[in-house]
Amino acid sequence: MPQQVPRLIAVFVVALAALIGARMALVPDTFGDLGHYRAAAVDSITAHPKKYAGHAECSLCHGPIAEQRLTSNHRTVTCEVCHGPAAQHTTAPMDIKPTAPRERGLCPLCHSYNPSRPTGFPQIDEVAHNPLTPCITCHDPHAPEPPEVPEECSACHGQIARQKAVSHHTNLQCTVCHEAREEHKVNPRANRPSKPVQRSFCGVCHAQDDLSGERIPQIDLRSHGEPYMCWQCHYPHRPESG
Amino acid sequence: MTVPEQPETVTEGERATDGAVDRRQFLTEALNVAAGAAPLVILGVVRIPAAGAQEAAGAVDQDEHNYAMGIDVNKCIGCARCVVACKTENDVPDDPEFFNTWIERYVIRPNGEVEVDSPNGGIDGFPPLDEETDLRRSFFVPKLCNHCASPPCVQVCPVGATFTTVDGVVLVDDEYCIGCRYCIQACPYGARWMHPEKHVAAKCTFCYHRVVDGLVPACVEVCPTGARIFGEVERLATPLARFMRFNDVQVLKPHLNTRPKAYYANLDGEVR
Repeated sequence: MPQQVPRLIAVFVVALAALIGARMALVPDTFGDLGHYRAAAVDSITAHPKKYAGHAECSLCHGPIAEQRLTSNHRTVTCEVCHGPAAQHTTAPMDIKPTAPRERGLCPLCHSYNPSRPTGFPQIDEVAHNPLTPCITCHDPHAPEPPEVPEECSACHGQIARQKAVSHHTNLQCTVCHEAREEHKVNPRANRPSKPVQRSFCGVCHAQDDLSGERIPQIDLRSHGEPYMCWQCHYPHRPESG
Repeated sequence: MTVPEQPETVTEGERATDGAVDRRQFLTEALNVAAGAAPLVILGVVRIPAAGAQEAAGAVDQDEHNYAMGIDVNKCIGCARCVVACKTENDVPDDPEFFNTWIERYVIRPNGEVEVDSPNGGIDGFPPLDEETDLRRSFFVPKLCNHCASPPCVQVCPVGATFTTVDGVVLVDDEYCIGCRYCIQACPYGARWMHPEKHVAAKCTFCYHRVVDGLVPACVEVCPTGARIFGEVERLATPLARFMRFNDVQVLKPHLNTRPKAYYANLDGEVR
């Protein structure tokens, strides 16, 4: 054997030992067990304490209220939305109580009017809607159906009401064009109000041959905008905005 | 007539001496190399992921899962209860720059200009709009980590401190993270932030500590309108499967090929 071979072997053995030693020192335990990461990290992340118990946990003790909520308009609003995180309450029910907001501040977080909210979502004008009265005076949060049938469509359709209020159609009642059954007020999406379906409906006021007066714009229904329906170009709640 | 000469046959021994390797030699040497490499595996230089080790990680069988979230933009009312719940559940600092999830308000002006704001993630509400004169349309978009199937943040982590679990959730190992911020730069959705006290990257975990116990993430639990739907990508007869069936579903920034798993329904074309 040439004399340089043993020396080279020694160098390789030392280098290999250094590599293995360095890896054993630097690569953490469980690294690579599941992939290119520390498997133990998953355990420490799953050990994070929960703050929200989940609505299923609440209904174990508060069955009747949970039941009531499930049949109301708040059926998608789980307990901890209003009452706050309750995981600690589930472990020490008597010592740690979740909050039960009774003042006016909480409900408007969802129900104050905001033009970015989806239309049809019940939104009130905080200034005009029974000012300073706590919401729970009239509404049971676990079954928040309005105590009286809303007189104004604007209780839910705030955006439309606001647009109509500044338009030439401001004096038209919603019911001139829409027919809403009583059930619409308690189960809105399953009982949608009617809408006009024919051009002649708008023609009652806007056709050339009707007698509604000079201040109302009048057009020849046979030629104007044919074949489109009126509301495909004119937004009825604010016709001048197009 | 003479018989044509047979071509000269080469014997086994002669071929070996040519410098070529015969089958017997090849197999012997290959086995020797394999035997030599075995200690490396044992000593941990080369790691082979163990198949059984995954079961120890959680209470449920995680191989079965591939978690995802559906978000119906038409149902979001911008109440930001999800943002509050997330901050509480995950001990996110109160400061207005740290969010695992947040609500963006999009305002499209009549001239087509798009404005996006998210003051304190939406927790304190949104400043009023002059809707009569200056608004074409407006809506809220909840944002969070998309838990991409091809996550750029995992790709760039130099130490393997951020990773995708076996059930498709992207997590950060905050004991091993070196705080280099490379993943924060790499995330195209702005979903990561630097923890001001721990000095490590932090992000949405899909509330992994809840999910492994069969609960839904805190933001989904408290969403009052059901705009957020948690589930699994391929699991049938679930709320998410129904959401995917009956909606035109989009993801954010699909051109980046990150394959996000936050699926948006009724998403406006202006949303980035």
